[in-house]
Amino acid sequence: MGLKKHHPPSSSPSSSQRPVRRDPERNFKGFIAQLDDPNPAVRRWGARDLAAFPEAAPILCRHLAKETDPTVREAVFSSLLRIGTEEAVTGLLPFLRSEDAGLRNGAIEVLQQLPDQTARHIEALLQDQDSDVRIFAIDILQTLAHPDTLGWLEEVLNHEEHVNVLATAVDRLAELTLTPGIKEALARLKQRFANEPYLTFAIDAVLARASVEDSQ
Amino acid sequence: MSEAAELALTDADFAKFRDFFYRKTGIYFEDSKRYFVDKRILDRMRATGHDSFRSYYMFMRFQASGEEFQKLVSLMTVNETYFFREEYQFRCLVGPVLDEVCRHRRPDEVVRIWSIPCSSGEEPYSIAIYLLEYWPRIDEVDVEILASDIDANVLERCRQGIYSKRSVQNLPREILEKYFTPLGQGQYQICEDLRACVDFRQANLNNPAETRFYRGIDVIFCRNLLIYFSDESRRQAADVFYDALNPGGFIFLGHSESMSRISPLFRVRRFPDAIVYQKPK
Amino acid sequence: MPERTVMIVDDAVTVRMFHRQILEQAGFAAEEAVNGIEALEKALGRHFDLFLVDINMPKMDGYRLVAEMRQNDDLAAVPVIMISTEAHAKDRDKAYLVGANYYLVKPVKPEVLAQCALLMGGRP
Repeated sequence: MGLKKHHPPSSSPSSSQRPVRRDPERNFKGFIAQLDDPNPAVRRWGARDLAAFPEAAPILCRHLAKETDPTVREAVFSSLLRIGTEEAVTGLLPFLRSEDAGLRNGAIEVLQQLPDQTARHIEALLQDQDSDVRIFAIDILQTLAHPDTLGWLEEVLNHEEHVNVLATAVDRLAELTLTPGIKEALARLKQRFANEPYLTFAIDAVLARASVEDSQ
Repeated sequence: MSEAAELALTDADFAKFRDFFYRKTGIYFEDSKRYFVDKRILDRMRATGHDSFRSYYMFMRFQASGEEFQKLVSLMTVNETYFFREEYQFRCLVGPVLDEVCRHRRPDEVVRIWSIPCSSGEEPYSIAIYLLEYWPRIDEVDVEILASDIDANVLERCRQGIYSKRSVQNLPREILEKYFTPLGQGQYQICEDLRACVDFRQANLNNPAETRFYRGIDVIFCRNLLIYFSDESRRQAADVFYDALNPGGFIFLGHSESMSRISPLFRVRRFPDAIVYQKPK
Repeated sequence: MPERTVMIVDDAVTVRMFHRQILEQAGFAAEEAVNGIEALEKALGRHFDLFLVDINMPKMDGYRLVAEMRQNDDLAAVPVIMISTEAHAKDRDKAYLVGANYYLVKPVKPEVLAQCALLMGGRP
């Protein structure tokens, strides 16, 4: 008993590797079949291995809609992120309407990491009839690495009516630098919603962080 | 005086940066860190040719690769390795963590501990020494220590086990004398017995072919690595760890790292000495 | 008497600032977290008189956080106010089902939040 000894330090690590146990059906069809296995660990492996197949994106998205195990969902989200195609993004967008907070937030996190593919859909999402979807679109902007972010937020400030959508947009500005247009829009908004304590608080907080250089 | 020398951050700039950095990493800079943070941002502004915080910040925030942000993370965190670094985590290992791991085990089942990245080897050897010195059950249970790094060059150094005085300075003298041989000129070599007890291999967390080997692990030490990863690589690493661990297995992260910015796959456990993350049973 | 403590869990920084101001004025000492995991990291093993929990957050949403709190010896009894932009009855039901003590809809009026916090997390 105690610490187990390994091969002498001089031996090559690659030659001492254990053989990898391979399932008989380690291919696209086999991985897809694994998604229907009753054991979540097997479904996770299927989902993880499908990351190597871009054509699996719609299948993974369909699976997400019925998957209830959070660890399998997490593997599906990881694989969709690695696939990262337009198809993966369009397959994830419907989950912004899901009643399941875990699915919604998981989809938002993946979309945030795919700025080029997601950017094409932001304008449409910001016009969605459902105010919750508009809020989730702004949530995507929270860490989206896309230079149009400020322009989209300015559009929201100028055209949005719903107080919670506006509030979310104002919050996102707290970690950004402001354009003169945004500063003006914030000032107008503050007058319009003078009776909304949170919104006026958030606008003041954001404006207090506007650098002198922001107005230049 | 050149323009660059007059660059400075305003309070407003600092507030924005602080909130963004905290959201991404979980590290929150108190006002007392202001000089430390400003200096590093200003250095990066000069290095990237930005003459205002505004233009640098927008460049960093909207850069698709996230490379500049990762540079800032490296500058804002201290990454060095030496024996018994963050010793409280080893205390936690030989206390409640291994107690839990062994609670429902047959005595002949091997306990597997994986150190990644092992860098120049201080961490896996520290674990080995800590187990031998401070874990009362080491004589009843077999422990296997696996260590891996993406860099094949450091693995050779690990196997040689030669360290500088600075690297061993945290070790109690009796431990240094017991496990190391002085080679002169401030160099110490770890004893042959310990070198034979750690299995060093190359592994890249983002290469599934290289991580499939790691199965049935009970405890993972992955300290000060994921904070330097992109969100995507971090997520992939969490998946690798989850599938490598036995149910109920544990992960130790670095002291400034938080699972809240990495993955929802693990449970948060608080022990007297440390926060550890656990794969649900 | 030691100060009452509240954990504010929300991924929106200005919401955290707003709630902190209201609750500090009501006599609470506030801590903040951006999601459920960070809230657990900061709260396990410590005493809190109240949690104020948003629903939509990355990595661990509010429902999962409250459900985990109710399973954990340290936090099972801590009063939770869930607070969200979602005003549908089903969201309210879900909050109560996972173990929330009260549900507020954003935007919240400061005096309502303060009163509610004192009722839920105030000590006699």
